Amino acid sequence: MDNEQNKLVENHELLLEMYREMLRARRIDERMWILNRSGQIPFVVSCQGQEVSQVAAAFALDKDQDYALPYYRDLGVVLHFGMTTKELMLQAYGKADDPNSGGRQMPNHFGQKKNRIVTGSSPVTTQVPHAAGFALASKMEKKQAVSFVTMGEGSTNQGDFHEGLNYAAVQKLPVIFMVENNKYAISVPLNKQIACAKISDRALGYGMEGITVDGDDPFAVYKAVDEARKRALHHEGPTLIETVSNRLTGHSSDDNHLMYRTEEELDEAKEKDGIIQFKEYLKEQQILTDEKETEMEAEIKQEINEATEYAENASYADVTTLAHYVYSQEEAK
Amino acid sequence: MAVLTYIQAITQAMKEEMQQNEKVFVLGEDVGVKGGVFKATEGLIEEFGEERVIDTPLAESAIAGVGIGAAMYGMRPVAEMQFADFIMPAVNQIISEAAKIRYRSNNDWHCPIVIRAPYGGGVHGGLYHSQSVEAVFANQPGLKIVMPSSPSDAKGLLKAAIRDEDPVLFFEHKRGYRLLKEDVSEADDILPIGQAAVKKEGSDVTIITYGLCVHFAQQAAEKLESEGVTTEILDLRTVYPLDQEAIIAAASKTGKVLLVTEDNKEGSIISEVSAIINEHCLFDLDAPVRRLAAPEVPAMPFAPNLEKEFMMNPEKIERELRDLASF
Amino acid sequence: MATEAIYMPQLGESVTEGTISQWLVKEGDYIEKYDPIAEVMTDKVNAEVPSTFSGYIKEIISKENDTVEVGTLICYIDTNEEASGASPIVHDPQNQTTEETNEQDQSMKHRYSPAVMRIAQENNIDLSTVQGTGKHGRITRKDMEHVVQQPKTNTDKAPNETDATDISKEEAIEEYTPPTFKRRSIEANPGDREIPVTGLRRTIAQNMVRSTTEIPHAWMMIEVDVTNLVAYRNAEKDRFKENEGYNLSYFAFFLNAVAKALKKFPELNSCWAGDKIIQRNDINLSVAVAHGHELYVPVIKNVDEKSIKGIAKEIHQLSQKARTNTLTTEDMEGGTFTVNNTGSFGSVESMGVINYPQSAILQVESIVKRPVIIDDMFAARDMVNLCLSLDHRVLDGVICGDFMSHVKSILENISSETTPIY
Repeated sequence: MDNEQNKLVENHELLLEMYREMLRARRIDERMWILNRSGQIPFVVSCQGQEVSQVAAAFALDKDQDYALPYYRDLGVVLHFGMTTKELMLQAYGKADDPNSGGRQMPNHFGQKKNRIVTGSSPVTTQVPHAAGFALASKMEKKQAVSFVTMGEGSTNQGDFHEGLNYAAVQKLPVIFMVENNKYAISVPLNKQIACAKISDRALGYGMEGITVDGDDPFAVYKAVDEARKRALHHEGPTLIETVSNRLTGHSSDDNHLMYRTEEELDEAKEKDGIIQFKEYLKEQQILTDEKETEMEAEIKQEINEATEYAENASYADVTTLAHYVYSQEEAK
Repeated sequence: MAVLTYIQAITQAMKEEMQQNEKVFVLGEDVGVKGGVFKATEGLIEEFGEERVIDTPLAESAIAGVGIGAAMYGMRPVAEMQFADFIMPAVNQIISEAAKIRYRSNNDWHCPIVIRAPYGGGVHGGLYHSQSVEAVFANQPGLKIVMPSSPSDAKGLLKAAIRDEDPVLFFEHKRGYRLLKEDVSEADDILPIGQAAVKKEGSDVTIITYGLCVHFAQQAAEKLESEGVTTEILDLRTVYPLDQEAIIAAASKTGKVLLVTEDNKEGSIISEVSAIINEHCLFDLDAPVRRLAAPEVPAMPFAPNLEKEFMMNPEKIERELRDLASF
Repeated sequence: MATEAIYMPQLGESVTEGTISQWLVKEGDYIEKYDPIAEVMTDKVNAEVPSTFSGYIKEIISKENDTVEVGTLICYIDTNEEASGASPIVHDPQNQTTEETNEQDQSMKHRYSPAVMRIAQENNIDLSTVQGTGKHGRITRKDMEHVVQQPKTNTDKAPNETDATDISKEEAIEEYTPPTFKRRSIEANPGDREIPVTGLRRTIAQNMVRSTTEIPHAWMMIEVDVTNLVAYRNAEKDRFKENEGYNLSYFAFFLNAVAKALKKFPELNSCWAGDKIIQRNDINLSVAVAHGHELYVPVIKNVDEKSIKGIAKEIHQLSQKARTNTLTTEDMEGGTFTVNNTGSFGSVESMGVINYPQSAILQVESIVKRPVIIDDMFAARDMVNLCLSLDHRVLDGVICGDFMSHVKSILENISSETTPIY
């Protein structure tokens, strides 16, 4: 364990804060499934199993300087960058006050300018060249900022992955590419997706640093991202980080993953659930007490209840706004 | 005033905008030291340095996508596609991303990028250095597509595109680069995007077209002028979204409309123009709306005779014009 | 041996011209095919242009530092081969199929476009009365716009509407284009003879149509007592014929009188030129000369400067030329006023068509002996009618009346004193 990790290990407040963020992400996601299964919201695409990677990585960034270009599972990332539970519920319902899109996009298509979360779309990997563009711009403006872009391992087979990584590497742009490898591209398992051993092997071909870490280990993820950020700001170029973990749900609320996964495999994945492991660690270290845990759960539950009720009662965008913001309104004059 | 070619006017526009706003930068393959394969960015790297005149890897989706990222950040990128034919790898970035960023974020984010690309044939470019690709993008709300027909228009419209708050595809006819010359104002003149221009007034037939075909139409019209046939020529200038008012006015003026494009006919820009005329001008029409376009073959062949057969020219326009005038 | 041409090649996709920076060969040099012949500079590249033939440089056309368009001839080469006949960039003209539009085809006459229907409805126009100028007789929107703009002459205008405004509109000066008409073909019946319209007949026809459609004709006639003229001429004619070999015609006296009168009234010796009237200085009289079925109008120049004999001589010469088909264009040019000898056909009264672009024509009718009352007594006198057609844009009744009176007075006072023959 090096200094940075020691600092993190010793900072109990910060560890508790991280755990709280992970738990909040998990509980919000679980609530969304309930709302979906009870017919309240049409669609859920889940973060469960990847919260540890997402939150630990986000904690290693400077959310007041850096830009996040998340993909649809990154509930943990956007929570840390400042999106509230209420706002997440508004977007799940597709209500007018959803800050991501005002109810225009499907859930989990994140974007919130004031919190430096860059808007994304459904075709995967398009955000990768954008991250290079943000890094290029902040480099031109001599800002101490990196762009942090995430994607699933399936995205690493897209052309934009190659074009974006190569571009950033050639121009030594301050980008952190983080691949959240949950071993499935919907139903296609990893061995049908790539022929190399690890996603991070690909970094070599771009001439950049590549590292694979256990996505359920918050210390390892934090360290990898922290180091990548330092390299980026020292003009040493981008880094490709692969975090390996498990997807605990189907691809989305419309997917039955038992068609292509076994119960055994799922049980095993749940045992390795990073949140549970981290909780046990915190309890072993007596950083988290049972009492504190109960209190935390209660607070989160109340927050989610309030947010759900608020979002449920909020209005949809008026149909007269359908044609708003196709082009700049100033220009419409 | 100075006489500039179409391509010099384009260079001048970028240069002036880069001088005025340090957020403007150009990126693309060969745009730096070489100054572009057509020399559109000639001299820019000397004046603005390689930080603002960026030679990129050969990767169109990255050229577009990096530009889009920088534009969202707040820069004013001018991305160059070496040929419009090669824009296809970037279509996802342009249509799924650039076009929809403002709408999908409910006006939270926007993407003021300009993507320039040389289009069009008549230069022995064969199938993949001659295409017109505007129709691919011309049903994507959120995008603007500008196709100037003269050096002055090219300058004024490119400056406007760079200042525009939304993504603009700027297609330049490569045969026009050195063919078209005229006095171009040195002033900081901006031409409004979204407005067509009447390039010639007449009362017998209306031609509606854009890009290099405006030049061909002018030549054809001049020829018929001596025979007493006068032609109204409307230059669309912005082919998406279309200037409906100007189209309706020009079509209604004579009631005989000839639409011209170098692109294939079916699903082309002029097909949409025709639809607008049919929706709005029925009781002013004195003849069926006519479309003059390239044949329905995938692209322009290399062999000179085949290319000539495919390519638009003043003679083809003249023949249709004469026929429509006599109808 | 064949001479081949080398053209400025297209050096680059968007390049339209190049500058010859240096010739690498001179006239008379022998070169192999693909040897460089010139250095050319363009916006995009600097390149050596290779020869496309082997042979001797015959002639260098473009000079160093000339900037020439792609496809321009830059030099000639004498090759050893036979002429290839194929020249590189030949812009073969589009094979323009000039469509034969059958004037008679009226198949589109009743196909109305939406615009035509709307204008007809809005203006209450009966489409069956409108002539179409479009293809196959189609009524075009422009045809309708012309109908709407024209003041209605015939029928169904509501009396209360737009009369006043129509008048004010008419005051605005507009360029006048005479209406054109389409007509059904006139078919020949069995046994009829069809005579093709030859060049001259066609020209006469066109001139007559032009004159009568463009010039507003007015007409007047006076009666002249030429008893003195007849006596004078009869006294001189035989001697004249003997001395000169040709006839002393009455017509020469009439021309002489007209020339004198035109000198006094130059207004009639003029023509309408749109925005002005041109008064001619020379008095050149056009005279109609018939030969067979053809009509020529040769010109006797400067009649005012000629004696009766001189005029008679020219009449004779021109008639000769007409008979032998040797009239030149020069003989028929420059007329400023026409005098037509209709009397030679026995006519006593006729309306001449003005010889465009002149402004008047005078018809000299037959001289007829008639009873005339002089000093309340009948007398047998030689009388002739002179008929004048005038362009009413240029001339009015008063001036023409004065002119005719003057001609009359000259003719009635002819004698050896007033009008010597030589």
